[in-house]
Amino acid sequence: MSKIKLATVWLDGCSGCHMSLLDIDEGIVAVARKADLVYGPLVDTQQFPEGVDVTLVEGAVSSQEDLKLIQTIRKRSRMIVALGDCAVTSNVPAMRNMVPVKKLLERVYVEGVQEKPGIPSEGVPTLLKNALPVHEVVKVDLHVPGCPPKPEAIMYVISELLEGRKPDLTSKVKFG
Amino acid sequence: MAKKLVIHPVTRIEGHAKITIQLDDSGNVAGTQFHVTQVRGFEKFTEGRPFYEMPSITARICGICPVSHLLASVKACDAIMAVQIPETASMLRELLHCGQIVQSHALSFFHLSAPDLLLGMDSDPAHRNIIGLLEKHPDLAKDGIALRKFGQQVIERLAGERVHPSWTVPGGVNSPLAAEMREKIRSELPIAKAITRRTLKHFKGILDHFAEEIEHFGTFPSMHAGLVDSRGRLQLYDGFVRFRDAEGNVAGDIERPRDYQKFIGEASVPWSYLKAPYFKPLGYPQGIYRVGPLARLNVAESCGTPEADAELQEYRERFGRIAQSTFLFHYARLIETVYALERMEALLDDEAILDTHVRATAGVNALEGVGIAEAPRGILIHHYKVDDKGAIKWVNLIIATGHNNLAIGRSIDQASRHFVRGNKLQEGMLNRVSAVVRAYDPCLSCSTHAQGIVPMQIELVSPDGTVLDSLSSDS
Repeated sequence: MSKIKLATVWLDGCSGCHMSLLDIDEGIVAVARKADLVYGPLVDTQQFPEGVDVTLVEGAVSSQEDLKLIQTIRKRSRMIVALGDCAVTSNVPAMRNMVPVKKLLERVYVEGVQEKPGIPSEGVPTLLKNALPVHEVVKVDLHVPGCPPKPEAIMYVISELLEGRKPDLTSKVKFG
Repeated sequence: MAKKLVIHPVTRIEGHAKITIQLDDSGNVAGTQFHVTQVRGFEKFTEGRPFYEMPSITARICGICPVSHLLASVKACDAIMAVQIPETASMLRELLHCGQIVQSHALSFFHLSAPDLLLGMDSDPAHRNIIGLLEKHPDLAKDGIALRKFGQQVIERLAGERVHPSWTVPGGVNSPLAAEMREKIRSELPIAKAITRRTLKHFKGILDHFAEEIEHFGTFPSMHAGLVDSRGRLQLYDGFVRFRDAEGNVAGDIERPRDYQKFIGEASVPWSYLKAPYFKPLGYPQGIYRVGPLARLNVAESCGTPEADAELQEYRERFGRIAQSTFLFHYARLIETVYALERMEALLDDEAILDTHVRATAGVNALEGVGIAEAPRGILIHHYKVDDKGAIKWVNLIIATGHNNLAIGRSIDQASRHFVRGNKLQEGMLNRVSAVVRAYDPCLSCSTHAQGIVPMQIELVSPDGTVLDSLSSDS
């Protein structure tokens, strides 16, 4: 049997969901037996590959770059899992939504420096007006809330998906 | 024809970064840029929140070192309340912090950098990761997983959760240490120590294979900054910030946290959402300095714990009193892991650790507070101003990776000029440039609290700025 192609991606978030994923500890050995990790912060792939079975998405969609990437991911993934509160609701990243982007950037790069004030513009992506939950941008197949979701819940989700079953998350996850 | 290389994203780092390398007509490196590409805006959107919410909000800057943010934040809040927290609360915070240092250093060394060090800088990128390491060096990879788990479990046993716990609060911590938890951590310490010892031994054994990397991975004189105690010894939770110059002289001490702005300025950088702090007395950009494990061991007189001090002595015999090579961050990280485990043991052996008085309470007694702690990657500063009701009016955060911004840029430049040949480009060349960044263990989720996450990318660009080619490790 060929291995499942698993990808993980980190958009606008803190990486806490990826840490909770690593908190399955030795479980990673079992996952590696059944799945190939084909993209994500832990591996050296730079283009999101074709034909991915499952992509776990951490973080909200916050910049033009995030937007382009999640659209590519949707086209190339059979299943997308919104992992954690930022992907599910846009959570903490969305706290900036009440401040106009220009004001936010001026506060940091003009008022917030002693030398060379100026908003960065070379080779950096533009921010979207609002940080958005993943499901507002592309279709999401499974939502796993939590800040971060517990490692046990993540392990359960991955194990069920590797067996070809849809995980039943009733009573296994909560927001926050 | 002149070109530009873009490494995007830089992989196996904690965040999103991109590197641009300009090449001249003969394919030699003419210049480089390090881009951080996400902005989050914590400094702005927290205005108006009650100050006591700041620890749990700012912990969400980073899931790798939330404990560092919690500590810098509660220290800033302690200052706003103008309280001296109970001694046991300080000890418990330091113990928690040691757990985090161990887990974060383990992540950096084993999960992110060991694939380069053990599988090889030029090895197949498809397997150059922790899974590939599990296949080729299962014992070492499992050690890494176990050591990270130990650190995370220390955090869980003290604070209830591994990521984003709510146990550290303004005034102290919200519950004392249970005796059985103390025993559990104590009983696991010997295994963690044994793993660290054999990893350090292994690393020292292979170090000679990396002579070229040691020489060209950002090896240059710079200042270094880190927390020390009144006797100049290494500190991670509390102390004062000392700057030491490349010759080893003390260049400045930030005796009170609130004076940090006399020593540290910040500049905006047109090509990055990551601002560049600099040592104010020298100005920008001359005031380049480094923070993190390499810098801390350069700044401190000693570690203050026996086994770490023995390792430090051997390290200094080999690389001098002030180690200037960025590659040695890895070595310093392992020595600090030894230190953190020894500190943990000393704290747990002290009966006062079980004292139940662990929290001071007070309202707003000062309208400004600064908290400084050593995150695994270096000095972390939280600075808040509040109104008399305690609502946040103004925030400044300077994060470890920010302090290293100028140095990372310079290191990338040096390594690119040495390793990259645009005319016969190979993946391993670009991986070495990425590996320089990995050595700093940049926490780009942290550094982008206001600035950006750093997806890394290498592009080939002509002098007029046209992107001609981009190289990815899977192409």
